[in-house]
Amino acid sequence: MKEYRTITQVAGPLVFVEKTEPVGYQELVNLVLADGSEKRGQVLDTSDDIVVVQVFETTTGIGKDTGVRFTGETIKMPVGKDMLGRILSGAGKPKDGGPDIVPEKRLEITGAAINPWARGSPRQFIQTGISTIDLTNTLVRGQKLPIFSGSGLPHNEIALQIARQAKVPGSDEQFAVVFAAMGITKEEENQFMAEFERTGALEHAVVFLNLADDPAVERIITPRLALTTAEYLAFELDYHVLVILTDMTNYCEALRQIGAAREEVPGRRGYPGYMYTDLASLYERAGIIKGKKGSVTQLSILTMPGDDITHPIPDLSGYITEGQIVVNRDLHRKGIYPPINVLPSLSRLMNLGIGKGFTREDHKKVSDQLYAGYAEGVDLRGLVAIVGKDALSERDRGFLEFAEMFENRFVRQGKDEDRTIEESLDLGWDLLKDIPEEQLVRIDRELIQKYHPKYRKKAE
Amino acid sequence: MEVKRTKGVLKRIAGPVVTAVNLDAHMYDVVKVGDEQLMGEVIKIKGEDIIIQVYEDTSGIKPGEPVENTGLSLSVELGPGLLTSIYDGIQRPLEVLVEKMGNFIERGVTAPGLSHDKKWEFKPVKKAGDMVTPGTIIGEVQETNIVHKIMIPPYCDAGKIKDIKSGSFTIDEIVCTLDNGAEIAMMHKWPVRIPRPVTEKLNPDIPLITGQRILDGLFPVAKGGTAAIPGPFGSGKTVTQQALAKWSDAEIVVYIGCGERGNEMTEVLTEFPELEDPKTGRPLMERTVLIANTSNMPVAAREASVYTGITIAEYFRDMGYDVSLMADSTSRWAEAMREISSRLEEMPGEEGYPAYLAARLSEFYERAGRVNTLNKDFGSVTVIGAVSPPGGDFSEPVTQNTLRIVKCFWALDAKLSQRRHFPAINWLNSYSLYLDTLSQYYDENVSPEWNPLRTWAMEVLQKEAELQEIVQLVGSDALPDEEQVTIEVARMLREIFLQQNAFDPVDTYCDMTKQFDILKAIRFYSDQAYAALKAGVITSQITGLKAKNDLPQIKYVKEYKPEIERIVKTMESEFTKLREAA
Repeated sequence: MKEYRTITQVAGPLVFVEKTEPVGYQELVNLVLADGSEKRGQVLDTSDDIVVVQVFETTTGIGKDTGVRFTGETIKMPVGKDMLGRILSGAGKPKDGGPDIVPEKRLEITGAAINPWARGSPRQFIQTGISTIDLTNTLVRGQKLPIFSGSGLPHNEIALQIARQAKVPGSDEQFAVVFAAMGITKEEENQFMAEFERTGALEHAVVFLNLADDPAVERIITPRLALTTAEYLAFELDYHVLVILTDMTNYCEALRQIGAAREEVPGRRGYPGYMYTDLASLYERAGIIKGKKGSVTQLSILTMPGDDITHPIPDLSGYITEGQIVVNRDLHRKGIYPPINVLPSLSRLMNLGIGKGFTREDHKKVSDQLYAGYAEGVDLRGLVAIVGKDALSERDRGFLEFAEMFENRFVRQGKDEDRTIEESLDLGWDLLKDIPEEQLVRIDRELIQKYHPKYRKKAE
Repeated sequence: MEVKRTKGVLKRIAGPVVTAVNLDAHMYDVVKVGDEQLMGEVIKIKGEDIIIQVYEDTSGIKPGEPVENTGLSLSVELGPGLLTSIYDGIQRPLEVLVEKMGNFIERGVTAPGLSHDKKWEFKPVKKAGDMVTPGTIIGEVQETNIVHKIMIPPYCDAGKIKDIKSGSFTIDEIVCTLDNGAEIAMMHKWPVRIPRPVTEKLNPDIPLITGQRILDGLFPVAKGGTAAIPGPFGSGKTVTQQALAKWSDAEIVVYIGCGERGNEMTEVLTEFPELEDPKTGRPLMERTVLIANTSNMPVAAREASVYTGITIAEYFRDMGYDVSLMADSTSRWAEAMREISSRLEEMPGEEGYPAYLAARLSEFYERAGRVNTLNKDFGSVTVIGAVSPPGGDFSEPVTQNTLRIVKCFWALDAKLSQRRHFPAINWLNSYSLYLDTLSQYYDENVSPEWNPLRTWAMEVLQKEAELQEIVQLVGSDALPDEEQVTIEVARMLREIFLQQNAFDPVDTYCDMTKQFDILKAIRFYSDQAYAALKAGVITSQITGLKAKNDLPQIKYVKEYKPEIERIVKTMESEFTKLREAA
């Protein structure tokens, strides 16, 4: 392998190299520093004479005396079954003092797109034990459902609770968790690791850690390594894999950093114009393939800068993912856990995995009715602030009361409280029974007759 | 200039945009890039540099690899076999790609858009000696339940038929020869970026019936018209698009999933074959062509997907069919343009979009229309484009440039979807400019009462919006009696007429008669209510009328006629009682 010592320019994470032989786009590059240590990078732009290399670590120590070796291949990830239970760095190197991964295969980390024709339809209901997800924003296998949160909100607790409780009722297929942390703090890492150890989850997990003080550019490859691992476990070893990516905001910041270093024309708020395509190349790596047993379900966490859901990061994510779970500061301030605001939350694949034969026939309509009732109650709160409760009609007072009950009984639950879907549905009905029956316009009469507590009691 | 040097070499690779030298090329020539022969298209010529957008992933491609110019522009294959197909953005059948390269989309694989082995039964409708011109229909193939009409390609010269065959042929075999030497097969190719010619564009005066009450009832689109559905994520764009693809009364549906979600395309792929066309009872898939270029498939192919789709739509239009084309989402298409433009280091326009964004959008929407075809038939292409404005902000360039062109605007509203009011189309912001041209159709085909009824409903909803502002300040009890009734009527319009459950087997499609009956029943209540007020009945008795509570259930009943008659009768007798008591 030829080594060049022809670096002409170093700018931020980018290194410009003059070369004579052809170098492939996205080829893996090794940089050998004067002290003998090595750094890795990837080709971003290649032409007859100059190659632009993006270095995954800091460029500290890189200078004109640095040797550059082009490896002739794109980045590949060694994968194998013994990855389960391992903790790796954001660049895929063992971090737990254990041996290197024995590769059964070496896979390209960019990952090809699943042919839409080969995709299976995700319709297996995952019970997370959290009512606001199971009943009103149902997660199904193969879905990508992010948690939109803000700094200082308990999104990590929610993610952990989901990882701990998630199951497909009545199934005992093998499952695995792939956890990729991008730019999280040491403290958060400890929280996650302690939890994984406490519940014994680590033995069926693969953990990738890029911490806040690790190089930002490494964050570009961390989620790709994690998803490559997940796809391998799911589509070659038949695991049902839950991928947790946190925090996507840090990933996007890294993307912006590289864009700026390349002096690209920036898009909205300085983020690169191709951020949608780039994010899609991560989020879309979830799903089910016809004829394969495993599945990849993605739960990514992102913190909305300034709690602003229209910020480019949550905005572009929301256009790719199949819904979103929105964590809300007001509910958090009221002391409600999990502070999930159902109104802006959504699960797009919900209708595929619920109803007769999946959960219960009344699921969809109960959910719609709860949404409608809560939305109306929340609206009325604004009115009460102006005119006072007394000016409301009896009907309106009923909905106001309903919204309170909904937050305190339905949304609120314990960190270890694992509600079955039946429990959540019955709880929903229990709240709806206080609304006059003719106001339940979202539910057809037949279902009311069958499930409304008033009639159920009579039947019993 | 004649293309002399058809083989050049790669000079630079940066993502999906590559540069080649030592090559003669014209704009939009299709080229094969690298040792793996990846498909690309020339998008810029700068001195010796030929700049190419590549439809596949370029990882690992090196400078010095060969580039070959095919000398052709990006074209689609048009002929029997299009229906029920599922393509990527450059008309490669996804099913064939799975067979060729497995579950993931690898690169360097070519696959023709149509099967070249399959034989189709060709029945001529012209005979030897007949004079034919471009666009003349010379024969028919029963493709699904749809008859695929074989036309003289638009680029052919007019002539007399020398010989025409009948029987079973592949799409490449010659079925007809003309005296001018032209040989006609069942398939011909057409460059996607050039609109197919027509005799004349006509005024759209027939509505596209969609079975969606808010669209048919309040904001109809005409066959051959254009409509945009902008809305923030989660407001139900895709559900609305899919409902339109399922239920609109077009004969052919072309659905372009442009940069959208893989799982959603799968939903379409699994659902459409199972769903029945309400008119024919046949699977919906039989009248559908799907183009799926998901968000993680190559960005250049996403840019092309919209053109591939509309060219196929125009082809069926030329056979005399009404075609509706759904593009979900045009914003992703615009973003693909932006991405490629920024790789070309072009001077950006607004928000980084290229300066030619508006021109490209209007060129695309202008390919819609109701036309007199070259064969002197009537055909139409209705274009319904979803727009995904970042942050739900309608002032952004894609939405604004789209609104300048389209005639129908269905504004999706996140607030409505949050309270599960679906379809979440805001009735105050939406509009349709087709109302006048279509009114005659409604008079003749629905009822002469329809147009006034629609106007009445809009007035009530508008009035409610004004009253709501007051209610926000003083509460609803403070309103005068008459206005409380208005609010109640508006609530009924919203909950009974406007809300529609796309997931309910009955409510998902509502024909014009049922729409009319529901609206009439609400109007009946309204008239009776005001009359009762005048007779001195108190408001709470009017708004608390029992029989009207049964009305919402009508939506879920297939044979609704006896039920709605019963409800109207009960309402009447209840009102009579109230008036007598007062």
